[in-house]
Amino acid sequence: MSPIWRYGRPALVLLLAGLAVGVPLWLVAVTSAKPQAEAIEPNLDLPRSWQPGSNYADAVSEGEMLRGFLNSLLVVVPSVLLVLILGAGAAWVFARRKSKLVSAAYALCISGLLLPPAVITIVMELRQLGLANTRPGMIAVYTGMYLSTSIFFMTGFIRAIPMELEEAARIDGAPPWRIFARIVLPLLRPVIATATIMVMLYAWSDIFYAFFVLGGGDRATLPLNLYQVASAQLYLNNWHLVFAYVVVMSLPMVAVFLVGQRKIVSGITSGAVK
Amino acid sequence: MAHTVVRSEPTPVTGAPKKVGRLPRAAVHHPWWFALPAIVVFAGFFLLPNLLNFYYPFTNWSSYHSDIAFTGLDNFKTIADDGSLLRAIRTTLLYALLAALFQNGFGLVLALLLEDDTRFNRFFRAVFFLPVLISALATGYVFQALLDQDGAVNSVLGTDIPWLGSTTWTLIVVTLIHGWKWMGLSMLIYLAGLKGIPGDMLEAARMDGAGPWRTFWSVRWPMLAPAVTFNVTTALIGSMNTFDIVQATTGGGPAASTEVFNIYMFRIFGQGLYAQASAMSLVLFLVVVTVAIPLVIGLRRREQLL
Repeated sequence: MSPIWRYGRPALVLLLAGLAVGVPLWLVAVTSAKPQAEAIEPNLDLPRSWQPGSNYADAVSEGEMLRGFLNSLLVVVPSVLLVLILGAGAAWVFARRKSKLVSAAYALCISGLLLPPAVITIVMELRQLGLANTRPGMIAVYTGMYLSTSIFFMTGFIRAIPMELEEAARIDGAPPWRIFARIVLPLLRPVIATATIMVMLYAWSDIFYAFFVLGGGDRATLPLNLYQVASAQLYLNNWHLVFAYVVVMSLPMVAVFLVGQRKIVSGITSGAVK
Repeated sequence: MAHTVVRSEPTPVTGAPKKVGRLPRAAVHHPWWFALPAIVVFAGFFLLPNLLNFYYPFTNWSSYHSDIAFTGLDNFKTIADDGSLLRAIRTTLLYALLAALFQNGFGLVLALLLEDDTRFNRFFRAVFFLPVLISALATGYVFQALLDQDGAVNSVLGTDIPWLGSTTWTLIVVTLIHGWKWMGLSMLIYLAGLKGIPGDMLEAARMDGAGPWRTFWSVRWPMLAPAVTFNVTTALIGSMNTFDIVQATTGGGPAASTEVFNIYMFRIFGQGLYAQASAMSLVLFLVVVTVAIPLVIGLRRREQLL
């Protein structure tokens, strides 16, 4: 390895990280600690007077942050669980059975990876089912939308698991549901981590579908609240509140990623690229 | 005699349903009802709306009518006549192309820079993955604050450039932001692809006297084909469905120059013109299908050739 590359590569990485990731994050951090007057024209200067505490407190009270947080949890957690459980069951069948019908059902179920959800007619359908503006409606829409992702990743993963493991248990007389729960699900751990973070990532930050299905009001999720806080700056900039909100909204995802990091990487390795 | 047909069930459970024996083995071991709930939810809340989307665009469904009547091609005529149809197609395709290019370019460069499994590299992989974890809406606001005419970038550079106010260049700026947000995911997938290349293959190339460039183009790039397929497809299709970043940075402006399909739907739905928004949604569906199918087939074929 040439010496230029040996020292040049880490230097380049540091420079890129500083410019591309450091600067935007720095802007978020300092602006969220500034009083409104200083934050009106956002810049990279340190705050002249620090007031992170009151900004975050304002974001919580004016931005309805606690309600938004709870609302987000109430739709994201059930959606993720359903996507994982239903997806794993389907992936097991799709990976193990071989027939034209199975291939067709698999192709149909992963078509959601490519096709865009028909968001306008979803609203119509939910209205007819009495699920418009409700959490179950939102959960159903997220589950339908992200099932493809989990089925795709999990089917690829299960195909790589040797059949012998299942057969051994079958000879001991275990019925399918026990084989599924005791053998298949535990082996799926890495890919479950991947699917969890992907679906959580999408659902936690989604505003587009939440806007159509939930609208504003009592059931608004965190991103919808953030949108409201930021749209209110038509007359007066409130970047300090927006960025306090951005920090609080992002931290849970960062935490989830840090906890599951290693499994996520191995799940992507085995699911998407073989 | 029923249970004797199933060879892999040597210990017949008493009271087991007799019918089981006549079913093929797969049906016993991996029964359909494990897949059924997923199929039902997917069909009900994904496929059915997409099917309905072939009907509602031809009606007068809106917040101004209490009942829905068939009106034929009126909605398509409206969006074609006011220019929004062609503009949305053009903008969305251009957006998807550039966003996929930037996302993959950045991701591949990062993967190559951070390829070795050192502690330093692992830390910076996580750093470059951070933007993926920040919501697209929040990303949009961060870059709005950076790129506003009174924003941070202009104040650092001492310039007065309207980064988000040009009818020609702003679309490119927004796609760069899109690439920035998702480069971490592309990076991970390229890293996975690089890791999958057998070490002795690289060793052989080195023995044959291939330099780093030669190794890259002749060995590593062809071996990355599956990662490229996955990354390019998801990036291209995913960015056709873009909304948050555009909404937060430009809201579709200036002069509708960044109005992609979803921004249009959001705006028109907000005005209560549901059928018209639905017409746009159908066009998006058709555009995605026409792009996706040849793309997937083409990339797959390329994988086999390389």
